[in-house]
Parts: sequence; structure tokens; C-alpha cells
Amino acid sequence: MSWEMVIGLEVHLQLATQSKIFSGSATAFGAPPNTQANAVDLAMPGMLPVLNAEAVRFAVMFGLGVGAEIGKRSVFDRKNYFYPDLPKGYQISQFEQPIVGRGEFVIPLADGSTHTIGITRAHLEEDAGKSLHEDFQGQTGIDLNRAGTPLLEIVTEPDFRSAEQAVAYLKSLHSLVTYLGISDGNMAEGSMRCDINLSLRPSGTDELGTRTEIKNVNSFRFVERAIRFESARQLDILEDGGSITQETRLYDADRDETRSMRSKEVANDYRYFPEPDLLPVVFDDAYIEAVRQSLPELPRDKRQRFADEYELSDYDAAVLSDSRELADYFETVAKHCGEAKIAANWVQVELLGQLNKADLPLSECPVPAPALGGLIARITDGTISGKIAKQVFEAMWNGEGDADAIIEAKGLKQVSDTGELESMIDEVIAESPDQLAQYQAADDGKRKKLVGYFVGQVMKRSKGQANPQLVNQLLAKKLS
Amino acid sequence: MHDLSLADIISGLQAGQFSSTELTQGYLARIDELDRQLNSFITVDHKAALASAEQADQQRAAGNEAALLGVPIAHKDIFCTRGVRTSCGSRMLDNFVPPYDATLIQRFNASGAVSLGKTNMDEFAMGSSNENSFYGAVHNPWDTDRVPGGSSGGSAAAVAAGLAPAATGTDTGGSIRQPAAFCGITGLKPTYGRVSRLGMVAFASSLDQAGPMARSAQDCAILLNVMAGQDPLDSTSAAEPVPDYCTDLDAPLSGLRIGLPAEYFGEGLDATTEQQIRAALQELEKLGATLVDISLKTTELAIPTYYIVAPAEASTNLSRFDGVRYGHRCEDPEDLLDLYTRTREEGFGDEVKRRILVGTYALSAGYYDAYYKKAQQVRRVIRDDFMTQFEQVDVIAGPTTPGPAFKLGSKGNDPVAMYLEDAYTLAVNLAGLPGMSIPAGTADGCPVGLQLIGRHFDESRLLNVAHQFQQATDWHQQRPSLSQETAA
Amino acid sequence: MSIAEDDIAQIADLARIRIAPEQVAEVTDSIGRILTLADQLQAVDTTGVEPMANPHDAVQRLRDDVVTETNQREAFQAIAPAVESGLYLVPQVID
Repeated sequence: MSWEMVIGLEVHLQLATQSKIFSGSATAFGAPPNTQANAVDLAMPGMLPVLNAEAVRFAVMFGLGVGAEIGKRSVFDRKNYFYPDLPKGYQISQFEQPIVGRGEFVIPLADGSTHTIGITRAHLEEDAGKSLHEDFQGQTGIDLNRAGTPLLEIVTEPDFRSAEQAVAYLKSLHSLVTYLGISDGNMAEGSMRCDINLSLRPSGTDELGTRTEIKNVNSFRFVERAIRFESARQLDILEDGGSITQETRLYDADRDETRSMRSKEVANDYRYFPEPDLLPVVFDDAYIEAVRQSLPELPRDKRQRFADEYELSDYDAAVLSDSRELADYFETVAKHCGEAKIAANWVQVELLGQLNKADLPLSECPVPAPALGGLIARITDGTISGKIAKQVFEAMWNGEGDADAIIEAKGLKQVSDTGELESMIDEVIAESPDQLAQYQAADDGKRKKLVGYFVGQVMKRSKGQANPQLVNQLLAKKLS
Repeated sequence: MHDLSLADIISGLQAGQFSSTELTQGYLARIDELDRQLNSFITVDHKAALASAEQADQQRAAGNEAALLGVPIAHKDIFCTRGVRTSCGSRMLDNFVPPYDATLIQRFNASGAVSLGKTNMDEFAMGSSNENSFYGAVHNPWDTDRVPGGSSGGSAAAVAAGLAPAATGTDTGGSIRQPAAFCGITGLKPTYGRVSRLGMVAFASSLDQAGPMARSAQDCAILLNVMAGQDPLDSTSAAEPVPDYCTDLDAPLSGLRIGLPAEYFGEGLDATTEQQIRAALQELEKLGATLVDISLKTTELAIPTYYIVAPAEASTNLSRFDGVRYGHRCEDPEDLLDLYTRTREEGFGDEVKRRILVGTYALSAGYYDAYYKKAQQVRRVIRDDFMTQFEQVDVIAGPTTPGPAFKLGSKGNDPVAMYLEDAYTLAVNLAGLPGMSIPAGTADGCPVGLQLIGRHFDESRLLNVAHQFQQATDWHQQRPSLSQETAA
Repeated sequence: MSIAEDDIAQIADLARIRIAPEQVAEVTDSIGRILTLADQLQAVDTTGVEPMANPHDAVQRLRDDVVTETNQREAFQAIAPAVESGLYLVPQVID
């Protein structure tokens, strides 16, 4: 029998607010334990939540970004369970009336096609603290700095059929939320964590099989591996005639396997009910419209515009619009040099190549976009050749100044003086009687190849600074 | 000196007739002398009280004229007080010393008030007799064999006995009004959201409301002026503007329409209590008010609705008491589950556990719709019932309680028998309305309370009616005869 | 509504409250009485009535996204039952 994999994803996205969702504590990552946990976060008696406006605005931005219905009236609920990293004994979340309703997400796939998946809902909630299992005489340490960090939980329909689709979605989602600026998307720091709901069913059937939920997977690679492992595990069981136990599992990256979480064995009854310490969040159309107006251009719109406006290939447009930062960089370069295609090439090949080699993020790139634009402008106006430009770029990377200063200081300006070039050409021809003879004996087809030797010699003599187009023209005249 | 009203104390301090230090010393001495009979305080910090009284005297000398500068008051032990143990009447918080003040405490501190101490209460404000305190029952100063009412029983007993000129209380289902009635003092539960809940240990979030307990309506108005107002840190506190509650006290009652719900005078009401209440209502009629017979058909729904909504909210509000960050923790827990279950078994008393269990049940899968959701729907029906009546009357009046204070231990182990004591007060919380209890006679030698219920945010009118009544009568001036000699 | 001792055990588990075996019967009885009281609600017709979560039907105010809190770990942990290296300690949690 052949089997079909059915996957739905729940992403917990930490929103990039300065303060927590219900308190004025900082949300910065990496602070010493419990130094960013104050009375509200610690659930001290009598403490009350007050909702952060920015968390709400970010959630609405996301909703508009995926074309979802915005809940004009959304309600916070208490989700009750006991756990040491959950100080109140309940998590403030949203259950029946989330802030973001149904939406759609179009994922570009590697083969150039797209796959559309349904967003079921997205709701606001608070993050829990962290349990640290280093040994404190057989005890667990609790750090509540993270408790109360705003989360947007984004739930999809079970619309994925492969690990590739799931990963492609997560990458697109990452791109969207960083474009929107609502999250730093830093998976290593837990800003984006994924729960995977996975089941198998016989191909061609509609009914869903029993699923397992894999909690808190925190990298694209682990998502892919967890899906591969878990689908293979389920397949083994089903092929042996067994049945899947509905349960929560954990992906262990060290062993590359999923395993059952013992602590969650007891079926939870979360006893959701409307949080009486908060009131319904109500928006009018004007608010939603104002947020809509504030939205930046979204990844797929930008990709389309790059292809149309700059006549880039789909591939180039996709690479350059992958992050808002790179897209902005590219557009600045293009604007400064006026040649989008050359800019696209330089950004993708030279710039990304160097960054990759130096293992630097774009934010730490030593060459600002206007400077790279300035360099390319010197190619297009004939001041330097493309080859020299790479040399200039190296110097810019090393902090030696802008293109003009480097060209000037190193005397790299292209030689376009006809007289000067002609004398160089004459010298080369004079020193190359054999090649000249060969050239003169050859037919037109071969001559085109043979002329390269002369061009190369002239370039060498000019230390690369001769204007290659001019050299070609002059040579053609001299040799004929 | 312990017989002075708050208004007298303020003018006496202003005129230099006595200092805050003298006053505070006087009340502290009285607490030392008499509270063994009453057990109305959980914590009294003589040194801190005197230090703040001395500071107030210095500030006055320096020209400070804060509203309650140097005025001693007592706080229910439900309000978090920085550096002073806040037990909420529970073993769970017996060792809890908050590093912060409740908003209400901050407001009193800013107004210059001197805190005498923290008053006894039913554990987590759950009770109608003050017998549910980890620190022992409070005794009614009118008859120490009787309960003072609850949950703000310590505050009520302390004020009635002259151990404090006024006190703060909280009212979730009658916890200010019922003890005020039983102890013969004036208590006001403001409109839900009128006073900040921040730093007040939560019982039922959508019902809890802090309010003043004092000797007179005028004193309550003075206190409410300090307490009321929106708190940016309490999302449920109301934006409604705060009037000066003293301004309208002297307005005449002519033209006032007072509704008397038939259901508040029916079966279960003690005969003497009814007689006293009817006499008090006639007094109001004499003052110019018109009495109108009305019907609040939802009255009988208040008890079942309340005893679902309040426990449901309480069950999760009390989840934070888990032995991890503060408060009681059981000895040598074997594992995490043992830490939770034993800490909570040891830390909570029987009534608190009972309500947590009822609330947990009402919210659990399969029962939510039948209990919690249903109760919240009925709650709206109850509120709408009041709203309809308020179209034809300005104030609704009746007895605060079915009878005078009952004997300690007399309600036995049946929680439902105790809950019936709240029959007239619960609906006010469910509807979020302001309600008052004022002394209006005696039955069986103990005080009887007249309850006044107003429209949302109409505290001024309730205080006006109460003040006018107190100008014409002297029930609020009567004092229990409590002395050293009667001490056990 | 009658409630069985098994139900009580289950709710007590959810509420993380230990009930001593000798108390189960009494607790079950008193909770049964309260639920019986609550059963009066079932007779009320609430068709189409919106549950009332707040007496004023008010809406939520929003707070500006500003950090207003400073580190007060020392004060908070001074009243904690068990802390080490700035962490709250609990018996080993096993996932």
C-alpha cells in the first residue's frame, strides 16, 4: 500500500516588542536568570495583566500580511495547567475568538511552482519560562525571564504533504515575519518554534489518520529531519499492521529521533474560559486600515516587482527578495548605479560570495550599498573594467575607502586615450610577428579567436587598465 | 478619642487638638487592650505605625495638607503591603511579605494615612462568618459569641469596637456589606471597576471590589475619595470620572424613588429584622423619598449563579499558590506532583479547597457549558433585571442580611447553609452595582443593616441617602459595650 | 447533580490538591450539595443570551510598548522557598 503524509504546523513566533505582552518587563534575550521577571511575570498575588499595544499591532500586521480575517473583537482566555515554568498556573491565550482568523499562504517551491496552504488562525498568547535541567542536587532550576514574552501562534490547516513543503512554508513564513518586522525570526534563540502534527493515510483516501504532535522543533533542518524520522516511524508501525498512539513527542536532535514525552502522558483538561482580568480587544475599521497602510511591501509582491521593474530572472528576483534587508541593499545599489541587472549580478556573486566566505551577516557587511552602487557606476561609465572593479571591491571590503578614492589612489583608471592605446597596440603587434602572421593567414572565424591574444597582451601591458572595448575596436582596425 | 468620626479626626488634626502620634498611640493601646476578645487584627506593627504617625506630624508642621494626613486606619489583610506580611487569612501566605504595595495602599500612603495594621478575614475572602481564617475566628464586638460576618470581619469588628476609626474591606459577594451589617457600621461596595484591584489578592476577578468601612456615610465618602479612580495597571478599572463624594451628601431626598423588591422581604427574612428595615424605610419616606414596590424576579438565581462564577474564577486565580516562588511550601517534596498537591493541601483551608474543586469542576470538559457558561448567561439576565428596575427607581433598598449576626459555629458543616446568608448581597456583585449597608436598628441585641443598591457609578447618591438617614437617626452612633471587664 | 468520589479524585488531580482518603466522602458530599444548588440554573432559559464576562461590557485598553520594570530579583527571591544561582528550584522535572 502506498501512504500519504499529512502535516499541519503550529508556529510559535516571539514578537519583537520591547516589553512583555502583559507587563513592562524587558524581553531582551540572554539576560541573567530572573532579572527580567517582575511581579506580573512572577504571578505575585494581586498582579494583573495589561495588554501591550505593539503586540496587538504586530498580530494585525501578520493577519493582513496573509490576507486573513482580522478578529474585530477578540478575547483572551485562560488555559489552565500546572507547570513550574508557568507561574500563574494558567497561560493567557486566545481560544474561541482569536485575533487573526482564516488566511492563505502561497509558498514558492524549489521547482518554481507554488503551493497554497490554509492558515487556520493566529492568536496572541504569553510565552512560558524555561526549565534548566543542570543538576542542582537533583532539582530543576526555573528562569522566568521568558515568561510573558509575546507569542503569535500561527496554526495551519493539514495542507502539507512532504517535509520539503513544510520547510518551504517555514522559510517563507520566516521571510514574511522579518519583512513585517514583527519578529527577529531568530530560531537559535527560540524566536520561532514549530510544533508538527503528522499523520499518514492510505494514498487516495480523505480521512485523516491518527496523528502525533512533535513539540518545539527549532530549526528548518530539524523540522525536516523530525518529519522524516516520524513519518518513517509511523510507516513502520502501520505497515506492520499496528496503530499509531495519539501523543506528544519530542525531537531529539542529538539522536535524530522523536520520542514520547512522559510528562505529558496525563490527558490535560485545560479548562479554557475568558480571562476576567482582561476585556475584549475591539478594533474599528480605521485602526485596521491604518495598520494596512503601514505595511511594508511583502516578499511575494517585491519578488514580482523585481522581476517586472528590473527585468530580473525569476531566480534572481527570488534570491534578492529573500530578506527585506537584502532586497533593500540591492535596490539601493541599483539606484546608485542605474543598472539593475549589473547590480543584481554584483550583489549575488561578489557581495554574497564575500559575506559567505567571511561568514558575516549582511548587517555586518563592511561595504555599504551606496558604495557598491558607486563602484558599479564606475564600470558602466567606463572608468574601470569589470575585472579592475573586483580589485577595487576587495579594497573597499578592506576598508580602504570608496571606489573613486581607491581608483585614484591606486591609479586604476581605465585607459581610454586612443593615442596611448594605439602606441601600446603597435608595440604588441611589433613584438608578436608569429601571431600576426597566423592572424593574417586565418579566416574570419578563426580571427575572432586569435584577436584575443592581442587584447590580452594590451591589457597586460596596461596593467588591466585599458578600456577593453576600445582596444578591440583599435585592434580590429590595425590588424585588418 | 476612639469614638471620633473620621471627619472629626481630620478637623482635630488640622486644628492641632491632638497629634497623629497621640491618636495612633491611643488606637494601638486599645488594640492591645481589647483585641484579645475580638481577634480582629492579624498583624499590628506598633513601631511602623508610630513612625508613620510621627512622620505625619512632622509633615503637618511643615505645611503638608494631604487629605488623610496622620489619620490612622486599618487594612484588610488582602491588600499587599510592602514589607508587612500579607496573609489573606491563609496558611499559604503566612510567611508572605510582599515587596510591593497594592494601588489602594499606595493611594492611602500618598494621602498621608497611617496604617494601624492588617485585619483578619476569611481565608482568601471566602466566607460569610470569618470562621474560615487560618488565624482563628473573629468575634462580634456586640456579642463575642457571635460572628462578625465575613469576609471582611476583622475590619468590621475593629471599626465597631473603636480599634480603628475606619478600615478597608473587599466585597466579592457581600464581604463588606454583610460584616458591616453584623457589626453596626457603614460599609460601601463601590461599582465594579471603581477601585483598583492591583495588589489585592484575587478571589473572583470579575466580582472583587474594594471599598471603605467606617462609622458613617460621610466617613465612607472621605475614604472613597482617596480610593476611587482608574488604575493604568488594572485593565478592568473604570475610566469613569471620579466626583468628590462629599459634595452631594447634604442634598435633600425629595423626589428620590426607592424601590423595595418583594423578593427581599420574603421567606427567610427574620421578623425583627424586617420590622427594623421597614421602620428605616419609613424614615427615608419622611425625608422626602418615595417608596415603590418592585420585583426583582431573578433574586433566587443569584446564589446558584454566584456559587459557580466565583469558584470558577477562584479555582484558577489560586493556581499561582504552588510553593515555587513565594508562600508555603511543603517539607521535602518527593517530586513535582508531591510539591504541588501537598503544598496546596497544607496551605489551603477546607472552604478554599472546596471552592477550588467546585470551580475546577464547573470549568472542566463536558461541564463548562452547563455550569460556567450558563452562569455567565444568567448573570446577564440578573443584571438586566436590575437595569430594568432602575428605569423606574433611583435606589433599591432592603435588608443586607436575612437576620442579625449568628452564633459562632452555628452553621455547622453544610456550606450551602452558610451561602444562604448572602441571598441579598450576591446579585449586586454579579451585576457590578454599588451597594451599601448602614446600621438601621437592632434585632436580638445585635445590629441590623439596611442595604442600598444604586446604578453603576452612582455611589454619590447612595452616600447621600445614607448620610441623610444618619442625620435623622442615631443607629450609626450606637456602640457595643466592650471593656476590659468583659474580657474572657 | 450527584458527583461520585471518582469525579472528586479527578478534579482534585486537575487542581493539584491532595485530599486525604478519610476526607474524600465528606468532600464529595459537600461538593454535591453545592452542585445541586447550582442545578437550579438549568431551568433558566438563556437562549440567545451573551455570557457576561464583565459587568460594564467595556473593552480592553492598550499599554504602550515601553519597558517600565527594573531588575528586582533580589527582593523577589528573598521571599522564595528555594533558589540557587538566581533560579527558582523545584523537584526534578522530567520530559
